[in-house]
Amino acid sequence: MQAFLDTFDIYLLEAVVNGILLGGVLALLALGLNLIFGVIDVTWICYAELVMIGMYGMYYMVQVFGLPYWAAAPIAILLVAALGAALHYIVIAPLLTAPPINQLLATGGVLFILQSFATVAFGIDFRNLGIRLPVLAIGDMHFSYSRLLAFVAALLGMLAIYFFMKRTYTGTAIRAVAQDRQIMSLMGVDTKRIYLITSALGGALAGLAACLLVLQYDVHPFVGLSFGPITFLICVLGGLGNFVGGFIAAFVFAQIISLGGLYSDLEWGYVLAFAFFIVMMFIRPAGLLARRS
Amino acid sequence: MNSRYAAWAVGLAALIALPFVYREPYHLHILVLILIWSFAYTSWSIMGRFGLVSLGHGGFMGVGAYVTALLWNHLDITPWIGIPLSMVAAGLLALVVAYPCFRFRITGHYFVLVTLALSGIVLQVITATRDYTGGSLGYTPNRAPSGRGLLALQFDDKTTWYLIALGVWVVGLLIWRWVDRSMSRYAMEAISEDEDAAAAAGVNVTAEKLKITLISALMTALAGALYCQYQMFISPDTVSGIAVSLQMVFAVIVGGLYVSLGPTIGAIITILLAEGLRIGFGTKAVGWDNLVYGVLLVVFIIFLPKGILGSVLDRLKPQPKPSGTK
Repeated sequence: MQAFLDTFDIYLLEAVVNGILLGGVLALLALGLNLIFGVIDVTWICYAELVMIGMYGMYYMVQVFGLPYWAAAPIAILLVAALGAALHYIVIAPLLTAPPINQLLATGGVLFILQSFATVAFGIDFRNLGIRLPVLAIGDMHFSYSRLLAFVAALLGMLAIYFFMKRTYTGTAIRAVAQDRQIMSLMGVDTKRIYLITSALGGALAGLAACLLVLQYDVHPFVGLSFGPITFLICVLGGLGNFVGGFIAAFVFAQIISLGGLYSDLEWGYVLAFAFFIVMMFIRPAGLLARRS
Repeated sequence: MNSRYAAWAVGLAALIALPFVYREPYHLHILVLILIWSFAYTSWSIMGRFGLVSLGHGGFMGVGAYVTALLWNHLDITPWIGIPLSMVAAGLLALVVAYPCFRFRITGHYFVLVTLALSGIVLQVITATRDYTGGSLGYTPNRAPSGRGLLALQFDDKTTWYLIALGVWVVGLLIWRWVDRSMSRYAMEAISEDEDAAAAAGVNVTAEKLKITLISALMTALAGALYCQYQMFISPDTVSGIAVSLQMVFAVIVGGLYVSLGPTIGAIITILLAEGLRIGFGTKAVGWDNLVYGVLLVVFIIFLPKGILGSVLDRLKPQPKPSGTK
């Protein structure tokens, strides 16, 4: 073990592992966005803001009402799931026949609403849960348990979605609607209900991400901006609506951010990721896994 | 048609005469802000009206403002040269991002998300280079020594700024009209309907889109630089980032995307709304203006997608006869 560790730069290795751990959460976010895009053909620009609301929910339940973390997490997930369903019902449903750009811009309006709602309701202070998980030390490397927990929970969440989609009637119906929107309503599937369930699922994924991110980051009204754009890049790089592509792209981006952050500031990691993205657009414009036509 | 030109000429003359008759500094300040932002919104609508929805314009505006200010502070380059340089920088950025998008047919959602990321990244770069740009605390161009205000494009006089902003705004409207009357408009409309069909009809899709994007990005950078010179303070949140991009979209949609004065109406509404809330609520208003923006944006997109001016003009216009000529 020691000899193995000596051959690598210890910080490099630590950054690589941290990158993988970050990738788990990013993959979770990308999955939620891809699910909604794949089924409803809508992009929620405000997706990261849903996460932000979930993080505030966790903060209030744990810090203000004194609930234990494990009890607050399911409530937060349900809360954001309900928010996702409401977003679909109030904003997206009336616009389903409008040009797709209008739906996207409307969710942009929701981004404004959620951000400023948080500013008005919660103030602009940075808040955190006050839970400090211990740090795991392997050799000279340090990993926080919060990141490990986030990674494992994100993977479990994705697995749960996978089995739901493959094993249940509703999941099968969702996949069928994603393949052909018009036909499925003729086949006796209530597309309105499927859309609502999908939106709630997408919201639930955002809620899960919120529960995990709140352990690592402070909450403030603009926290969504720090991982929203990167989630969109991941989805485009993986191919919008392509679940596997989004999963791979999440880990690629997480590595770039983590390694870029190792040599310089974290912001430069993001900048590097964007430069990489532009280059990839020249090489694989339709996404990592797209077949060449 | 002649009466229309006359109306424009009278309106413009009245606008030019205004600061010599009416000198209330606060109201002039609001007017200057409205004119500068109208110009920025107009430049967004030049590409937005063809279905090229960009959320990257916050990025172009940030480049315009920051490059101008940085060149002046660090290299003593006068804004008279710095502003064109900043426009070139924004234009290059636009080409680098837009070329692969258009070349490889990245449209709709994809295009929006890519440009959205662009404005996010410009914000990150400004924050990351905080040693030079002051990061999120903002940045102030150095005051020029007295008597050299013209060289530094810094004027204490509101009237001067009003006339500059008015001139730029008129130029923006003329560019809008020029695009509206050009062949590019028909090409772009064909492209927004069906790219393949347009390409088959002999339209150079990539070149036409790049041309429109470039015009729009250059104008936006100019707006950013002017805003910087006028306010003498810029911060990443006021001139770049996703919020600014969305604000442009919002104002244009509210005013009217397909009419030349639509963005101006949008700017008047948004700025008066923000100022009204600020005066009415004081410091408690932080966040309220954006909350109202957001609700209005959603409501407008659902119920009035043509915007206020667009819908009003539709009402006023006589119903077209089946085979009538213009």
